[in-house]
Formats: sequence, structure tokens, C-alpha cells
Amino acid sequence: MKKEFFLNSKYPILLSLIVAVALSCERELSEEVEFATFPNNPEIFIDGFSGGLQYFPFAGSKFDAFDVDTEVKYSGTSSMRLDVPNFGDPGGAYAGAIFPDQTGRNLTGFDALTFWAKASQAGTINEIGLGNDFGENKYLVTKSNLRISTAWTKYIIPIPNPEKLTLEKGLFWYAEGPENENGYTIWIDELKYEQLGTIAQPRPAILNGKDEVRQGFLNDQTALSGLTQTFNMASGLNETVSAAPAYFDFNSSDVNVAQVSESGLVYILGTGTAKITASLGGILANGSLTLNVSGSFDFAPTPSRAESDVISIFSDAYDNVPVDFYNGFWEPFQTTESDDFSIDGDHILNYTNFNFVGNQFSNPTVDATSKPNFHVDIFIPGTIDPAVNLLITLKDFGADGADGGGDDEIQQIFFVSSDFVQGTWNSFDISITLTNKNRIGQIIYENINGSPLSNFYVDNIYFFNE
Amino acid sequence: MQTLLFKYAFLVSILLTIVSCSNDDTQTVAQFTELVMQDEFDADGVPDNSIWTYNIGTDTNGWGNNELQYYTDRSDNVKVENGVLVITAKEESFNGSPYTSARLLTKGLFEQAYGRFEARIQLPYGQGIWPAFWLLGADKQEEWPQIGEIDIMEYRGQEPTKISGSVHGPGYSAAEAITKTYTLPNDRFDTGFHIFGIEWAPDYINFYVDNVLYNQITPGDVTGEWVFDQPFYILLNVAVGGSFVGSPNNETMFPQSMLVDYVRVYKNDNLN
Repeated sequence: MKKEFFLNSKYPILLSLIVAVALSCERELSEEVEFATFPNNPEIFIDGFSGGLQYFPFAGSKFDAFDVDTEVKYSGTSSMRLDVPNFGDPGGAYAGAIFPDQTGRNLTGFDALTFWAKASQAGTINEIGLGNDFGENKYLVTKSNLRISTAWTKYIIPIPNPEKLTLEKGLFWYAEGPENENGYTIWIDELKYEQLGTIAQPRPAILNGKDEVRQGFLNDQTALSGLTQTFNMASGLNETVSAAPAYFDFNSSDVNVAQVSESGLVYILGTGTAKITASLGGILANGSLTLNVSGSFDFAPTPSRAESDVISIFSDAYDNVPVDFYNGFWEPFQTTESDDFSIDGDHILNYTNFNFVGNQFSNPTVDATSKPNFHVDIFIPGTIDPAVNLLITLKDFGADGADGGGDDEIQQIFFVSSDFVQGTWNSFDISITLTNKNRIGQIIYENINGSPLSNFYVDNIYFFNE
Repeated sequence: MQTLLFKYAFLVSILLTIVSCSNDDTQTVAQFTELVMQDEFDADGVPDNSIWTYNIGTDTNGWGNNELQYYTDRSDNVKVENGVLVITAKEESFNGSPYTSARLLTKGLFEQAYGRFEARIQLPYGQGIWPAFWLLGADKQEEWPQIGEIDIMEYRGQEPTKISGSVHGPGYSAAEAITKTYTLPNDRFDTGFHIFGIEWAPDYINFYVDNVLYNQITPGDVTGEWVFDQPFYILLNVAVGGSFVGSPNNETMFPQSMLVDYVRVYKNDNLN
């Protein structure tokens, strides 16, 4: 009977303890034996910091935001008091800190981080969670926009996969800024790990559950985003937290085309098609990334003009002047969106859903008097429609140095489809005919005459002197 | 001597822990042991038609509860697979209803007064999902609620840790039913199988979940005539929406299935 019990035991940890006791039967059983065997203290803050716990505020946060409050508490003798600063507080712009235990704890026996909290006013805590240790943050868990009220309420942050947390140092972290520029106070009590047993029906996701198809380029790398874990809680409500890549196991349908690192970085290695999927705790995640790779990205020709002959608006070859924006998102008529990207450190502007868009550099404007030429490289992916009709406008802001005011002057440069060669970059050098070119502040790109141009890349926008 | 004492005490405490943690399926809460009907759902395919029949459609006003599903006997909604009966609620437009599901009953095939009615079930989850394991009086001369209803297990998908057991009769039906809720400690009903049962004798109905007897209803507890003295038949179903649970919302995942490992009925040994 006893033998059977040992063989069938579901409690190997207890068994190991028995063995440990048996081995050390010459000595008195001491509490230290248990501590050495089970570094799994669930408590973070009950009426004070648990053993080994430290407090490190974030750089830029209000360093004295944390206090122990013996007046306001949910139970026991004290609570944690977090004072979120007002907007403009010289002490720091927000309250935020990590609560690590540098020894590390085994949290595999718990399925949630729980606490009671209330606030001096209703608020929304920007980020709160676990796994932040000011190191690798390997098992970071973030609950974003946690709504908090003025009544003591129990909050539950589920652990995406407790099996991973065999030695976790980052026990708790939070970051919260002012609400409508006003600071307020948050109290947190009974902060600990629990095995609730009611956190179930996991539904992990990558790319926020979307199946995305993208063009990939050789030697490019891209990070997988939108990594989440969703559980159904005892309340019947679904709870979603952001989960670090290390909680997931990634898979590529063709490792000769793409591979994924443990940190969720996709490396493109060959041509063809690869579908990236993931699982968490053996459950297939919703969402996937299909990469179609036909070859290397065709970069725009590297500019060869000397830096001293150039005033650069957008180029990796030169130092760019201060730019207000590359896409002003001018409302309400603009439809153009930006899907800018970089490959091997080369940044490229990508305008999609194009109707018109502007680059602006008003502070300061550009004096192109001694560099009276304009250069731009444009690539139109796919087939070039014969109806393409692109207008580029250079605008000098005039004596007032500001857009509008009746003194602006423009130069219009017209392009038609035959100006572009399919499948390659098209470089244009245009001489500036503006009367005054000492306060140029905008470059505007627009479809005219019903042009169907929807998607194109732009690189190396600069003024130059031959 | 001191050391020895410590060691013994420690081992004893370990043994106690093991004993209290073991999953003992013995139903000390039930006493009737003479099995008279059982379906273990061991043959894959359609459920045994000598035991089970079906309600089809929507009846009037969603089975009287504003339920949203259309009941079918299609394998999409009801089948026996891998040793369990699977009743599946699906989100699909069907004969004017937005959901389909199934309701099995033993009406005219197996009806019994008194005894022990028990099923081992894993429940689905989500807002608006309403599974039940229940009994209705077989009396053809009377109408509900005069015929009586015993709900061995009712569950709201949005409350995955709770079930309730109820009786309905004349003067205590629908919202006035005699009912009690049981909450599973540190667990939920949609992640594993649990045993739901009643033990029914002339002067009481006991309600239990696993090895916990959580309620007893006697003629003195009901606010009307005690009608639980005639044969009843068994029903198993998964409703969607309706007055008891409310409608599904965009967080409800479909399909949702109730898995039934077995249904067993024992006679009341104390009666001859």
C-alpha cells in the first residue's frame, strides 16, 4: 500500500522533501530546509515588503511616488500608496517602478498575480504587470489600461503560462501618468501570486490574431507584434494581457525562407513563401504572418554628391535637416497613409492609399539659394498604370516664413506614367525656378487628373548644388 | 527522541495531505445503488435510439424562454464520439434561427419515479450558453408546471464556476422556482468532467455535485403542491440565449459543446 502510494504520487516535490528529510535525519528539521527547497513565496506586499523584495522607480518617473500607508488599507496594517504626479511636476512626469526579488522565485505553482486596489478618483493605469526586472524582461506580462475605481476592488492579472516562471525576478511593475493632467493616488494591498484554478480557456494570439500576408525581402528582419494571451475568468469575462515572445514557441513553414528567434524576431533568409505561426503552452495561437520573398530589396541608388553640396530632407546618406513631418495627415481630404520601412538600416518612405501628402520643414525653413536643385528617388511597385499623373509642388513660405499669408510661392513639377520605369527606382534632378528659394518649407505630392497611383516608395529627398 | 518525534509528525502530515488531495469518486452523498438504466456512450455515431429521442425546432417563443437556437438531430449538433455524447451549439443561420443545437430526451422511452439520476458532464462556456440536465413529469393529462420539473444541473456560460439545482411546480415555477446555486471551489465546470446528480425519494430530493451534497428540497420547502410522485423523463440540452442567460455577445466563442460521459439511473432501494 505504501509502496503504491510512492509510485503513484502526483507530488514529486513533497517526495523530494521526504527524501531530503530522510537524508538529514541526524539534524533537527529547520525552516531553512523548506526555504531552500521552495523559493516560491507568493507574497509581494501584504503589510510590508516580503523578504528579498526591492523597489526601483523608472528613470524619469517621480522617485518618491511610493509610500507605505498605514491609514488607508484594504486589510491588515498598511497598504502601498502610489502618488501619480500632476502634469509638470518637477519631480517626474509619472509614477512607475519595478518590484524585483534578485534571488528570483519559482512562480510555476500560481496562475495569477492578484491585488486589491482603489484610487482617489477613477482612473486608468497605463501599464501594470509582472516580469520586468530591468534586465532581459524575458517573461514580461503587461495589462494595459487597467480601469480603477474609488472602491476597493480585487484585480487579477493572469499569467500566460506559469510553467515558464521557474525563476522570476520581476514580481510586479506599474507605470501611470496623470489623468487629464491631474495627479491622483492609488492604493494597492494584498499584492501576491495565487493559484485560483478558475483561469481557463486560453486563446493566445500573435499579430493581434490577424492573418497577415506581407512582401518580404532577403536579409530583412521584422519583429512579431501583437503577442497576447486571453483567458476566460471566473467572472465570465475574457481578460487579455500582452505576453513576451518567450512565452511562445514559433514555427516557420519553411526555415529556408524565414526563421524566428526566441525573442520573436523574424529573419528572412531565402526566397519563397514561409508562414510564421506560434503556440503558447501547446495551444496554437490565432494569427499568422505569411512572407512572400522574391529577392533582395532594390535600394535607391546611393547618392554620390558631397555632404557640403546638399541640404537633405530625407536620406540615410546625409544628415537631414529638422523635419516637422513626412506625412502631415492633412484632414479631412487626405487618404494617404504611411507604411514606412527600413531594410538593412536604409529607411524608405512608403505612401499607401495615396491621394496627396506633404513633407514639411518649417522650423527652420530651408534656404536653397546656393543649392538650387531638387532631387528625389521614386519607386512604383507593380505595374505602372498609363493614367499615372503625379504632381510635386515645392512651396516657399515667402517673407513671413510661414505657410499661407499671401506671400507663398510654388513650383509645380508634373510627372506622367512614361516618366517612370517599371520595377526600378527613378531618380529625378530638377532645377528650382522659384524667384525666392530661401524659405522653402513644404514638398507636396498629389495625384491629379484622376491618376490611380496608390502606393509608392520615396527616398533621398534633398536640395543640391551641382 | 526529540528528532524522532519531529520526523513522525512530519510523515503523518504528508500522508494526511495526500489523502485529502486524492480524487475519490465514491458518492457517499448518494445511497441508491441498484442500476436500472445507463448509457455510457461507448458506441460512436448516433445516440442509442432505444433511450433517446429529440426535440426539433424552436417550439413557441423559443421553448417558452426566448431561446435563440433551432434544435436539430443532425450530427453537427449531436453525436457520440470518443466515448462521450457531444451536444454542440453552433452559430449558423438555420430555418430562421441564428444558432443551432440539440435537445435529447427519454420521453416515452425511459421514465421513472424516484431514484438516483446522475450524469458526468464537462460544460461549455461563454455569455449566453445555457446547458442543462433535467427531468420533466411524464403525466400526459397535465401541463407545465403542474407536471413538475427537476433541474439537476443548470448553468450560465458566463458563470463558469456555478451551477444551480431547482424544482418547478404549481405555484413555484420559472422565477419562483425553488433553487440553490453551488459554486465549485478553486475550479470551474468547463475545464473537466463533474458529476451532477439527485437522489429522489417520496419525501425529499437531494442535489449533489461530485462528492458534495449541497441541497435538499422537501415537500415542506415548496410553496405549492408537491408533484414529484410520478414518473419523470430525462432531458439533456444546450440552449443559446433566452431569459435565463441573456444573449451571446461578441466575446462568446462558437461552437460550444457539452460533453456527457455517462447518464446513470438507479432505483430507490428503499421502496420495493
